[in-house]
Amino acid sequence: MRKTLLALAAGLLLAGSVGAASAADKLKVGFIYLGPIGDLGWTYQHELARQALVKELGDKIETTYLENVPEGPDAERAIEQLARAGNKLIFTTSFGYMDPTLKVAKRYPNVHFEHATGYKRDKNMSTYSAKWYQGRYIQGLIAAKMSKSGVLGYIGSFPIPEVVSGINATMLAAQTINPNIKVKIIWANTWFDPGKEADAAKALIDQGADIIMQHTDSPAAMQIASERGKLAFGQDSEMIKFGPKTQLTSILDTWGPYYIARVKAELDGTWKSEDSWGGLDSHMFAMAPYTNMPDDVKKMAEDAQAAITAGKLHPFKCPVVGQDGKAVECKGGDHLDDGQILGMNFYVKGIDDKLPGK
Amino acid sequence: MQLVLEKRAERSNTIALISPLIAIGLTIVTMVILFAILGKNPLLALDAYFIAPLTDGYSLQEIAVKATPLVMIAIGLSLCYLANAWNIGAEGQFLIGAVAGSWIAVKTQGTDAGAWVLPAMLLLAAAAGALYALIPAICKVRFGASEILTSLMLVYVADLFLDYLVRGPWRDPHGFNFPTTAEFDPVATVPLLIDGGRLHLGSIIALLVVAAAAILLGRTIKGFEIRMVGAAPRAARFGGFNANQLVILTFAVSGALAGLAGIIEVAGPVGHLQPGISPGYGFTAIIVAFLGRLNPIGILIAGLFLALTFIGGEQAQIAMKIPLDVTKVFQGILLFYVLACDSLILYRFRLVFPNRQVARGTG
Repeated sequence: MRKTLLALAAGLLLAGSVGAASAADKLKVGFIYLGPIGDLGWTYQHELARQALVKELGDKIETTYLENVPEGPDAERAIEQLARAGNKLIFTTSFGYMDPTLKVAKRYPNVHFEHATGYKRDKNMSTYSAKWYQGRYIQGLIAAKMSKSGVLGYIGSFPIPEVVSGINATMLAAQTINPNIKVKIIWANTWFDPGKEADAAKALIDQGADIIMQHTDSPAAMQIASERGKLAFGQDSEMIKFGPKTQLTSILDTWGPYYIARVKAELDGTWKSEDSWGGLDSHMFAMAPYTNMPDDVKKMAEDAQAAITAGKLHPFKCPVVGQDGKAVECKGGDHLDDGQILGMNFYVKGIDDKLPGK
Repeated sequence: MQLVLEKRAERSNTIALISPLIAIGLTIVTMVILFAILGKNPLLALDAYFIAPLTDGYSLQEIAVKATPLVMIAIGLSLCYLANAWNIGAEGQFLIGAVAGSWIAVKTQGTDAGAWVLPAMLLLAAAAGALYALIPAICKVRFGASEILTSLMLVYVADLFLDYLVRGPWRDPHGFNFPTTAEFDPVATVPLLIDGGRLHLGSIIALLVVAAAAILLGRTIKGFEIRMVGAAPRAARFGGFNANQLVILTFAVSGALAGLAGIIEVAGPVGHLQPGISPGYGFTAIIVAFLGRLNPIGILIAGLFLALTFIGGEQAQIAMKIPLDVTKVFQGILLFYVLACDSLILYRFRLVFPNRQVARGTG
């Protein structure tokens, strides 16, 4: 018995030291994921980007991820575990990791952190996000053209600026086609909960919506829209296989190029704390092929995409009129400035709903 | 032919003591097979799970931090369960405690309020948790409503109440509409015990709670009453013990401890009030209470053990690059063996042949 134990202990020591030696000279890069890697949405896209990163720089780096990390008291520990395991660059890929990332960043000044979609930064903590409202604007145009009932159904996650600016961009675009367009909004209060998302989609369709748009991460709403013969937009990832006759387009998160650029900077020693907020022109996200629509609508969408990419069209072109009927102050020349969009907490005119917490 | 589970006439204390070791042994054997099939080194996994977390100060601290709310809640629940009162709503009492305590933190934010803030938060949280737990207790005693259902349903009420507060009146005005309060001031924060770590005063409070429960159950008449009412309700009634009073008392104590755990978690590791402050502590604590056999020391060990599987699970994901699902399966196997071994000490399987019995009965 004792001999077996000794052998076991020796084996453990040996195994441990071998593992440490082979990984010592590679840059370790860590990822914290909110959902399971198979969520087919938000986390899945980060995982695809990680795989692209490994494909590009696999001989110089070693990546590790922790999935399904809740945005509560466990997040700080999970991030710290990655820092302690020797990861020098850590991507924390959800808004709720902001404060935990900041706390760990203060304790590990030699580790660099990249936090997605937040607004707090430090000398070793960058933030990165995408101007999804640009994609929402294109979707708003398509939705208004394709809707027969003139009612759009919108599944919101949380009433935070990123989501609110998406709803506003959608409506501003839709109003240019159909000034009387209506939107029904349901707050799911979650990023990922297929059951709740499906219920929300059903409720919206029952209220007369014939186009379903979502700011939650699973393909559940797409499946419901497909069952009920309605049209829908995907979110985060290509969801066409869940609704071959349903998906109009989808906003695709394409983090790969950013991750590769940041890891290269880390390898070169040129990594600096930054705030990256990329639009269609920066390839931070892309639009899935425009499908299930007539050619003229497709052409309109492609033209709008080209204009936004070229900087000729801004979704929040002034005047932007709020629900109270007053034009919002125009801080960015002929459009709202980034700060106004990043902190957006009002609905535009034409949305007959109340923003939660207002 | 039928397989029945039947109570053993006598139980061996030695077996009872080594049962957890048997369970761990069986887990290791199963895991070695599982990891071999997956093509991973089982020894490395074993190291990541059980040995690495126990051999460095950081992980030990994290185990204590994770176990603190579990142990505090489970101690309270064990008193309820011993007295045959089924409080399933500790999660709600945890959240209400967190909300009540946070009220003081939010209201004193940015003022020059002194050192009284934290103690006041802890007291108010405990009181609020106790009051919240009294709702199902009184409904049971007065109206005969099932406390299992009412206490469980109140979890969702508490959850939505917290949600409303952080999205509405208590939302951080500089937080871009995100559903969270501002970070608490230092006077409203549970002090850390070790520089650079996360171990906080709450762990000490949890230890005091364990000691108090051990004394209560082992050395006092009240403790005897609790165990008596649960184990032999008829005898207890003849002895003049009032079962209803005990339902009220144990629910209140259990609610107070859950509420205290809630504010300690919010004012400690989290630092502000937000939705999702509890990854299901109130429910996991039910497992901890039974894993610890409703015994204070047992609960302490069970809480630390469960925390170890969480920390070890993360380290295994990092060290071995195995997916979360495998670590979850592993935690499941472990719990399965612990409970199975426990059951087999008290019960045994027996094959029953109904035909033969019938023949014997008629003949």
